[in-house]
Amino acid sequence: MRSFLTMLGIIVGVAAVIAVVSTITGTNEQIKNNLIGDGTNTVTIQLYRNGWPADFSYSDVPEGIPELNEKVRKDILDMDHVVNVSLIHMHTYVDSLYYHGHQLSGGQVFGIDENYFETAGYHVVLGRGFSTADFKDQRKIAIIDDTLKNSVFGGENPLGKSIDIVGEPFVVVGVVNKKSEFEPVINTVEDYYMYNDYSSGVLYIPDSMWPLVFRYDEPKQVIVKADSTDTMTEVGNQCKEILNATLTSTDQTIKYESTDLAESASQLQQLSSSANILLIGIASISLLVGGIGVMNIMLVSVTERTREIGIKKALGARKNRILRQFLMEAVILSGIGGILGVVTGIVLSKIISLVALIPTAINPYAIIIAVLFSMVIGVVFGMVPSIKASKLNPIEALRYE
Amino acid sequence: MALLSLRNIYKEYDNEEIKVPVLFDIDLDVEEGEYLVIMGHSGSGKSTLMNIIGCLDEATSGEYILDGEDVSKKSDNELADIRNKTIGFVFQTFNLLPKETAQVNVALPLLYAGVPKQERMERAKEALEKMGLGDRMDFLPNQLSGGQKQRVAIARAIVTNPKILLADEPTGALDTASGMQIMDLFSKLNEEGITIIMITHEPDIAAYGKRMVVIQDGRLKSAEKPKKIEQTKETLDETEPTEDNQE
Repeated sequence: MRSFLTMLGIIVGVAAVIAVVSTITGTNEQIKNNLIGDGTNTVTIQLYRNGWPADFSYSDVPEGIPELNEKVRKDILDMDHVVNVSLIHMHTYVDSLYYHGHQLSGGQVFGIDENYFETAGYHVVLGRGFSTADFKDQRKIAIIDDTLKNSVFGGENPLGKSIDIVGEPFVVVGVVNKKSEFEPVINTVEDYYMYNDYSSGVLYIPDSMWPLVFRYDEPKQVIVKADSTDTMTEVGNQCKEILNATLTSTDQTIKYESTDLAESASQLQQLSSSANILLIGIASISLLVGGIGVMNIMLVSVTERTREIGIKKALGARKNRILRQFLMEAVILSGIGGILGVVTGIVLSKIISLVALIPTAINPYAIIIAVLFSMVIGVVFGMVPSIKASKLNPIEALRYE
Repeated sequence: MALLSLRNIYKEYDNEEIKVPVLFDIDLDVEEGEYLVIMGHSGSGKSTLMNIIGCLDEATSGEYILDGEDVSKKSDNELADIRNKTIGFVFQTFNLLPKETAQVNVALPLLYAGVPKQERMERAKEALEKMGLGDRMDFLPNQLSGGQKQRVAIARAIVTNPKILLADEPTGALDTASGMQIMDLFSKLNEEGITIIMITHEPDIAAYGKRMVVIQDGRLKSAEKPKKIEQTKETLDETEPTEDNQE
């Protein structure tokens, strides 16, 4: 009972550290996997002017921006860590989309190549995708995403219906959906999500049909799929260099930029981490208090067992043996406290994720470090009582009642 | 050469600022196989002398040669080894570990001597059997009577085959019958060759020894050994007035 109370300090400390670290790890993992990678590890590189995405929808494209062709795509595809590359045209907030005379406000139109769906991680859920023949034969067909299907057609079957883009009718042949859905739960991420989310829906047409409805020489965006979340930034930067090398414009503010999601996300991670470092600090203080508790109980124990120490010394136990005995007890005491703390911490983090809806992930390093650290606390705070025990005078110890 | 020899032993205690002298000019030789009784009243310094002989305490000045070695020059660890191998202690209050069984208690000194576990337990068992406690090996000290506890303590003292058995009022906490039993065991052990040094203030217990010295106000005096009360075969002239310090 007394030992348990002593361990309680360690248990609470370790549990708090584990719970906090789990929450941080969980949040970071979620940001990394869901937000940055979007489950697909794609990076978007697009043309910027004056620090903003260049929009040439209603103005002439300046000199010196050559069209991105198949050769550039090949160059990018040959880079390390690149899985797939897609070149697309994209318009946001297109106000000339009509279905049965109704305007679809805020819809987006993508002029895509054959690689787009695979690169960006979409799959066909209804109807079909685009075939090579669709691109060659300049068919006026379209694929819509799930959001657009729901907002425009509701429960209706969209296949075979036609949507007008700038007066040209395109027949819907398929519906696509993102492979991984993610629901952000972190408040700070929501703005980012809103920015990144094509919530009004997207209409995809073959890129070969782009000049029919929009300007043929608009710069394209490059969608690159990296082989992992960790290589995304690197791939984005290399890709940017290749693309910028094609530019011959005199306007120095025109350049390709990668939407550096990893950078934004690491800022978000830092945001959540720095708040939690404070929590870890507080939890560590409780570990310290736990250590002092261990020292206290060990000092009491040494006093209570003075006679035992005296007997052992009289029977020929060397100093070191007494020292080791008490040190071991302190380490075991705090080690068990540490293990119980880990268990409590895991349970606590599960409860946190259930109640507060914050994602948690148990960090194995945190567990190992927490248990080792609590043992170190045992050594550090057990040292003083153990030395005291080993230095006891055997005669006085034997006389002790 | 004597098994142990004390020369000019002087001992004082530092009680805060006052120095309290306890022992003066102690000269004592004990030969191998002797059975020496040190008698004295409480406060006479007999326990201090015992602690010095047992290497639990060091003299302030003087020379102590034990088994050919100068004890005053030994480190703490070497003294621990001497206590472990050369001396067996029997205390008035038994000093058994209350949470350990008789066998584990007896095996304890062997642990410090680095004896492997199986041999430790085997030797502890033999020592307990020798004390007539073969059927009490797994008993805890509080399940044993006083006499049994003291016999466990004796088993623990002899398990390392020490040269000297040092007993401090071994019967002080026992009834007369148990005390006699312990004394018979001591005599038996002495006959087997172990040197016994025993402290007591009871004359009828002192009568079991072969030689007696009296300690009074920190000084040793030789003395005639009291007769055993129920035994008459003992003679008085066994005491040899040899090395005892005369005032």
